[in-house]
Amino acid sequence: MKHVDFDVIVIGGGHAGCEAAHVAARVGAKTALITMKAGTIGEMSCNPAIGGLGKGHLVREIDALGGIMARVADYAGIQFRLLNRSKGPAVQGPRAQSDRERYRTKMQEEMAAQERLSVIEQEIVDIAVDAGAVSGVTLADGTTVSAKKVVLTTGTFLRGKIFIGKSQQAGGRMGERPSTPLAERLELLGLAFGRLKTGTPPRLKSSTIDWSVLELQAGDVDPTFFSFESARAQCPQVSCGITHTNERTHEIIRDNLEQSAMYGGMIDGVGPRYCPSIEDKVVRFQDKTSHQVFLEPEGLNSDLVYPNGVSTSLPLDVQESYIHSMAGLEKTEIAQPGYAIEYDYVDPRNLTHALELKELNGLFLAGQINGTTGYEEAAAQGLVAGLNAALSAENHEQVRFSRATSYIGVMVDDLVTRGVSEPYRMFTSRAEFRLHLRADNADQRLTQWGYDLGCVSEARYALFLAKMDALNALRERLDARKFTASELNAVDVRIGSGNSSRIGTVALELADCTVDKLAQIEPKLASADASIATQVQNDCRYVTYIKRQEREVKALQEAEGVLIPSDLDYAFIPGLSNELSQKMMAARPSTLKDAATVDGVTPAALLLISGAVRRHGYDLKHDRKNAV
Amino acid sequence: MNETIYALATARGRAGVAVVRVSGPQTFSAVSQLTGELPAHGRSLRSIRSLIGETIDQALVLTFQSPDSFTGEDVVELHLHGSIAIVDRVLRELGALPGLRFAEAGEFSRRALENGKLDLAQIEGLADLIDAETEAQRLQAMRVFSGELGTLVDSWRARLLRAAALLEAMIDFADEDVPQDVTPEVVELMTAVRTELQVQSDGVAFAERVRAGFEVAIIGPPNAGKSSLLNRMAGRDAAITSQEPGTTRDVIEVYMDLGGFPVTLIDTAGLRDAESEVEKIGIERGGARAQQADLRLYLAEEEPTIDRKSVDFVVQTKIDQNPAWGDLVISSKTGAGIDALRDTIVQKLTSQVNKGSVALRARHRDAMGRAMVYLQSACELLECGGDSELAAQDIRSAIQDLGQIIGYIGVEDLLGEIFSSFCIGK
Repeated sequence: MKHVDFDVIVIGGGHAGCEAAHVAARVGAKTALITMKAGTIGEMSCNPAIGGLGKGHLVREIDALGGIMARVADYAGIQFRLLNRSKGPAVQGPRAQSDRERYRTKMQEEMAAQERLSVIEQEIVDIAVDAGAVSGVTLADGTTVSAKKVVLTTGTFLRGKIFIGKSQQAGGRMGERPSTPLAERLELLGLAFGRLKTGTPPRLKSSTIDWSVLELQAGDVDPTFFSFESARAQCPQVSCGITHTNERTHEIIRDNLEQSAMYGGMIDGVGPRYCPSIEDKVVRFQDKTSHQVFLEPEGLNSDLVYPNGVSTSLPLDVQESYIHSMAGLEKTEIAQPGYAIEYDYVDPRNLTHALELKELNGLFLAGQINGTTGYEEAAAQGLVAGLNAALSAENHEQVRFSRATSYIGVMVDDLVTRGVSEPYRMFTSRAEFRLHLRADNADQRLTQWGYDLGCVSEARYALFLAKMDALNALRERLDARKFTASELNAVDVRIGSGNSSRIGTVALELADCTVDKLAQIEPKLASADASIATQVQNDCRYVTYIKRQEREVKALQEAEGVLIPSDLDYAFIPGLSNELSQKMMAARPSTLKDAATVDGVTPAALLLISGAVRRHGYDLKHDRKNAV
Repeated sequence: MNETIYALATARGRAGVAVVRVSGPQTFSAVSQLTGELPAHGRSLRSIRSLIGETIDQALVLTFQSPDSFTGEDVVELHLHGSIAIVDRVLRELGALPGLRFAEAGEFSRRALENGKLDLAQIEGLADLIDAETEAQRLQAMRVFSGELGTLVDSWRARLLRAAALLEAMIDFADEDVPQDVTPEVVELMTAVRTELQVQSDGVAFAERVRAGFEVAIIGPPNAGKSSLLNRMAGRDAAITSQEPGTTRDVIEVYMDLGGFPVTLIDTAGLRDAESEVEKIGIERGGARAQQADLRLYLAEEEPTIDRKSVDFVVQTKIDQNPAWGDLVISSKTGAGIDALRDTIVQKLTSQVNKGSVALRARHRDAMGRAMVYLQSACELLECGGDSELAAQDIRSAIQDLGQIIGYIGVEDLLGEIFSSFCIGK
């Protein structure tokens, strides 16, 4: 067997790169993480926060598979808030402000502590290719490091360009070089590229902010963590400040619009609709006279504050003047100006569901290079790419994340089948099985699978099994007791008195029923652990809706093996889009499973097709209309 | 890419004109081998020549350039003389050209659908239009073919999309600057859509009747003149008539165009305590058919004592022999009152036309029915302060079901609506 230096090489030490390298090493691959600057491994280059709606779900899933982002974010968390606390559990998302330095330090420690993982500080100028497959990487000094698989996570560094007002400079992050040779290499492969932009706000000096006049927002009293392992906050907690833009702010921005790189026509890239620059907000929503600005401390020992909501590419003097127009910021100094960055991304439709390039065996892409935005989206892709790179390096079969069991699956599927037209960010509304894909049950969905794949540690697995035992035990106790309608009414559960009695888990399907209330009726339930009780409650809460969705999923899976008649008329499938029916007619898949792999196919479309296959036999028995 | 297809577009057989249609990317190059060079758009009179140069026919040739054609592709229509021999020869010549093939059933409309020239409901309307035999059927099919149903569904979807977007914005952008109490607007949007769905759904039954035909049953005591009326309206002796009570034993049906409506007139055995086994069965059958009919005419010589609400019209017969006691009086013998009766029936049907729906099929009604159930559930959830993610799920299901009437909707539509409405992003 030919000697190779590494099984897997990961290029880039951002959120995608760290997760990719770590998981590859966890499942047994000899792994190297190569970065231009080892000191920036785990850097949070945008806002100092992790999680949120959809994003928090991703972090939980990464954790359920033994990943590191959740643990690091918990270690660095200086303010934890569970978003949508007043809504149902499926749409609650954990979020935390991070101490930027603690985050970076902890991430670097995690990388150093992982067996089989080496960190190499070098610039990579080329991907080595041998017989149509990746064979390693070429360093700036000309040497080649060989590897079976390579994961590329270069973020915004591909032909990155930074804009502040009229001035521009090449760079992947403030003060760092872009990686242009790599972009040229990828271009040689004939891949489709696009250009995106994103922006950051100016960083403010905390000591020059008048915090006394500002509304403060504290974290949750009872914090919700990312990792299923975390039990308490690991450092002191802080509050964020809230200020607002006003008429004066908007006037300053309007008067200087032509000096903005984004409005002055200097940037062609497409920016995200959900993260507009302050220029965008002022122009697009003219009737809004004020926008909220969150003042997020960058760390416990840092004098920097990240003003969330005012990203910009205006010149520094204009930035100063609009910052000063806001309450509490009248005398605030800018430590680092805001800037817009424009960068290349590879059209993710070039990738398989394992995030491997279709055109070049062994090269995996993850993170912003695929057109996404956000640390969490990047890390989740890193996990998918690193895991599959390591599995295939060992000649194991690659794995595919399903839309029905994870947000990770939703994201990967969206990316590789639909591509992106703006930086892709996760939302809960992207998941058609949202009620099932909750942050609180990520471990139930994924940990067993992860353990079988080898990326979940024994210790974590034992914790998981103990939790499953506790859940099952509580369910058994709940189901051993029948509750009558009048018993339930007595503890303020609304149910018509005519209803028959029901076992505990069925009673929990009622909107206002809780384990606590049932414990008032049946004292044997009182000893249940609160977190276990909540989990069982959440599982029961959506049961009717989830059953509806499960029927859809099951129909889908059963149908996967179904043969599609070769003369199936896709154009006459009610509800199937023109685009999809054309693609289907071109691809002529032989089974529904094959149909699922056709570019752009959604679960809804598959349901339509499987219905049409069922009806097909019937149609044949009836004369079809003549040509009209 | 699509192949080029051809077919006879008119009915086969002797006629003044027969139209052969060709559609697809090679249309112009192929047809011009038979006609000589063609203008990209317009009409010309050409000799149709075979590939070896003999003249087959003189034809009017219409050319339509993509995308301005029925299918959205390049299309040529050859208006030939309607001879079986000419048509066969031209089809054979077209079939001999490389890359051309005979169209499959429905393939021209399928391409129109693929190319976005028609939506699914319009295709159905087109099929109905071609099948239409009466004026009411034509009017109804035309409304669907012109896209009225598609327009309605679009408007429902747009409003539900807005409702879903409002809820989704509250869910996915909870920590942003978005309005907080959207429930009133969401409920209002859904209620309006539900009301409209109900109207359309109620009208489907009638619309289906216009498509498939109405049934008007003639009932009444023996020898009241039921079969005579049937014959009079049919304009022929479809049923045997005699002075003898109980002549009609079985159910007799006659299909006719009644003032534009497709109507099946049903004659039934007279109602009495019959002694003959055959007549008994006949009366039972007639009763059952009359129950299912859309209208029931009760015919009687003498003023009956029946519950008038159980029938639509009470008609006094044999007015030539008796003094009038009813509003509707006829004599099948002299023809008196027959036109008035016919007008009354047509008026009754016409009065329901306005209640008719542009949703014509059980498929449409089922989709609307499912959507209404979901919307009701969503409204109830929101009104009692339930989980908005569940209401959102219900609205999605409703949008999905309605979308199936004409097309498919993806999550990007939802996000598009969200982003155009709110200032998202801190």
